Amino acid sequence: MSEIIESVKNLSIGFNSQKGKQISILRNVSTNIKKGETVGIVGESGSGKSTLALAMMGYIKQGLFPLKGECLFKSEDLLKMSSRQLEKIRGRKIAMIPQNAGQALTPNLKIGYQIDEALRLHTDLNKSERDKKISELLNKVRLPSPETMAFRYPHELSGGQQQRVAVAMALAGKPDLLLLDEPTTGLDVTTQAHVLELLRFIAKDTGTSMIYVSHDLGAIAQVSDRIVVMYAGEIVLEGPARKILKEPIHPYTYGLLKSIPKLSLAGLPASMPGSQPQPGSINEGCSFYDRCNLATDNCKKNSPDLEHIKELDTNVRCFNYKELINQNNNLQTSITKKSNNSEANEVLKLKDVSISYAKQKFFDQLLNKISDQNPTVKDISIDIKKGETIALVGESGSGKSTILKSIAGLLETKDGQIKFENDRILSSDLKMRNPNDLRAIQLIFQNPDESLNPNHTVEQILSQPLKLYFNLLGKELKKNIIDLLKKVRLGEFYMSRYPRQLSGGEKQRVAVARAFAAKPDIILCDEVTSALDVSVQAAVLNLLQQLKEDLGTTYVFVSHDLAVVRAISDRVAVLYQGRLCEIGPSQNVYKFPSHPYTEVLLGAVLEPDPDIKPKLVAEDIVEEKPPEKGCSFQGRCPRKIGDICNSEVPPWQIGENGNAIRCHINIEELASLQQ
Amino acid sequence: MESNLITEDKQKNKLEKAFEILKTMASKPSGLIGLTIVLFHVVLAIISPYIAPYDYKAISPNTMLLAPSAEHWFGTDSLGRDVFTRTILGGRTALTVTFFGSLIALLWGGLLGIFCGLVGGKIDDVVMRVVDAFLSIPWILAMLLIVSLLGTSTEVLIPALGFFYGKGIVRVARAATHDVIAKDFIVSARARGHSNMSIIWNEIIPNVRDAILVEGAMRWSWMLLGFSSLSFLGFGVSPPTPDWGLMISNARGLMSFAYWSVIAPIVGLSSLIIGINLTADAFAKALGIDRSTKAPV
Repeated sequence: MSEIIESVKNLSIGFNSQKGKQISILRNVSTNIKKGETVGIVGESGSGKSTLALAMMGYIKQGLFPLKGECLFKSEDLLKMSSRQLEKIRGRKIAMIPQNAGQALTPNLKIGYQIDEALRLHTDLNKSERDKKISELLNKVRLPSPETMAFRYPHELSGGQQQRVAVAMALAGKPDLLLLDEPTTGLDVTTQAHVLELLRFIAKDTGTSMIYVSHDLGAIAQVSDRIVVMYAGEIVLEGPARKILKEPIHPYTYGLLKSIPKLSLAGLPASMPGSQPQPGSINEGCSFYDRCNLATDNCKKNSPDLEHIKELDTNVRCFNYKELINQNNNLQTSITKKSNNSEANEVLKLKDVSISYAKQKFFDQLLNKISDQNPTVKDISIDIKKGETIALVGESGSGKSTILKSIAGLLETKDGQIKFENDRILSSDLKMRNPNDLRAIQLIFQNPDESLNPNHTVEQILSQPLKLYFNLLGKELKKNIIDLLKKVRLGEFYMSRYPRQLSGGEKQRVAVARAFAAKPDIILCDEVTSALDVSVQAAVLNLLQQLKEDLGTTYVFVSHDLAVVRAISDRVAVLYQGRLCEIGPSQNVYKFPSHPYTEVLLGAVLEPDPDIKPKLVAEDIVEEKPPEKGCSFQGRCPRKIGDICNSEVPPWQIGENGNAIRCHINIEELASLQQ
Repeated sequence: MESNLITEDKQKNKLEKAFEILKTMASKPSGLIGLTIVLFHVVLAIISPYIAPYDYKAISPNTMLLAPSAEHWFGTDSLGRDVFTRTILGGRTALTVTFFGSLIALLWGGLLGIFCGLVGGKIDDVVMRVVDAFLSIPWILAMLLIVSLLGTSTEVLIPALGFFYGKGIVRVARAATHDVIAKDFIVSARARGHSNMSIIWNEIIPNVRDAILVEGAMRWSWMLLGFSSLSFLGFGVSPPTPDWGLMISNARGLMSFAYWSVIAPIVGLSSLIIGINLTADAFAKALGIDRSTKAPV
């Protein structure tokens, strides 16, 4: 057995509440990190995973303090060390890679200088040796042209490159243990896959132990040897990655894995009821009792201990885990959704829509000349049928949210038309639209914290559209609000609550209820699940689908998460740099991706399965502006054929399975190339 | 679906909420001191006409410049008037004028700021440049001009002070509005087609109210100082109305041998200003707007 480099023993961390009660957010956590091992710590927000990871480098956030237990790094307790002693360990022995490297790098110092600083602090090299080391490090993290990279400022780098610099800085002190706190969460799908690939390579190459903290089981699955699952401040399951992901024997992990939408599965993921208990509200019994379908009376009264199962090399905190051992073959199931009637009428048509953020120059305005030849969004034509869910997918900067905003009338279109019902043109100016059109198109936003007025009660929030569109008052208003809450499965008592008193999922339900209050024909969903935890996300997706089936609403669903889109959408439009690449029925686009960009995008998706590795077919370069001429994907295309891609906009082709793509290569040839 | 959140505050009525805020403010010593001082001054201002031992304008050559004694607690001034009487009555004028002045400042400054913040664009540009231009005029000179043209009655002083002290509030209200309008709930209200007035009233005001109120409380103490300065210069209220600024101005020449007639109004004025400042700070903290970390523009 290899050497243990860090071991956490019975660690509890907590804070004092305003009423003077001691509330613990980490409870009795024990785990060991072996040399050369990558341990993934996974859990939903509030599970204590970051607190645990930070405690492992001897750092405890302000306001928190250790209640008991120890963090032994090479048999020295980090939590008892003075800051002087910790200084010698941090950076040299334990290094950290933060979530947002863009914010962790000093904006006014060059990359090279910042790495040099780390080297000066943590090594004894002289100037010329350090310089050599810097380019060595930049090379190691696979940054392009390391010679010039050292002379750049952080803002000149893309998010993925900044993250690589952070990795280089962390490696500067040759640490024994690397701590990664959600290092890829803010990155695009393709960039994320590349950074993870780099991390995996570094772990193997240098033999460094890693602690990888994430809420994303897909990312954890790609890098970890061992996985620790946390719930409500406790370890509920710990064991080899493959075992945990393929045969989870804790009901929470099982539910979590089932609630993740997967690329390989059509249909909606199963959701888990309820939400994680708040710290301080756990009294006795198992913390997962409320949400568990295996729970017995014993679970209510007694809290299970972490039990070691020798045959599986796994620790589990559950009385009834045995019931799960033989049940795991149905992890790959999903809820089938009713498909819509494809004969339905078109309800919304986008015709050659272009949107530009550039301001028209004064002179051009006078002459009524169009100045921006290269708008952010260009030539988008999509017909949306009544009752269908169409998804717009793409990475950041693909213009998907921009299109949504202009459908809602929040952004003026530069060119083209948006037609609503019977080919009536909708004005691109919100003030020119008639109230009934405004009612018919409603928006749901990404972050319910921002989309609900913090100073309004749920009743006030829901009464806004009801008063505006239907002039409801008094008893009738109240009755309608209660009906709406019922529709989104919230009780009547929620009316008097403020958003801050609700959990993330509950807030998003209120936002959904507000959109449905207007009895809309079309609902525009802007990344509605990306701020939510996985188990909550599944519940919201199921709710949206249910409401759609009941009310016949049309959804325009924008998301960067391809697996979520796969679960909910009937049709998918893939966007790159504000230009359409591919559009077609979901099952076909996912099964037979034709456009090279779709292929790249789908290849980079991380699945919570250690056997499915992402396929990295293209570089993760970030382009700031769409190219002026030719195909929008010319800069990154792995199948570029030549000058024609740079000079001519590719024509539309329609494949036999109903996908329409824009590419110079023949669609059948593309299909054979991909095999 | 069961919520696991601790239902700490159910919906409370407004009175209960106000009481809660007062309780939070009084929970720290600085807030308690501030509130006590302000409360003391307000109560004194209300009851002073009934408890004043002498007539504030009774001139008597027999009692000129008497030192504090059992009959005249704070002594008498150069015209033989009782300083105690004049001091407690002086607070009355100052508080009334500045209270209504601040109210006016809050109303026009707050609403204009919110409006500019919401509509943005050219209207915002023009209004803000005008506000800047006014900010660059030394207010005391402008006040002197207004007072000499229109007289020194409270009907002139209240709106004039309200106008000059509201300029700063425009900027604060605009900045606070900018923080809010980028949020999705405003976008959402806009997309639903609410009118600007409805958005201001329902969505913005509840979210910027606290910041503006705190700023108004600060402005109140400044206005008090400004009002007293005007009186000190002889452009505020006219004699024989009792007023702190006026009293300080009249008595300062005699400070070397009749210090009592100047100390009482100074103590009155500065304690009220300190009291208001402490209260405003406690108010800000109780509402969760920390002035020490977030400076208004």
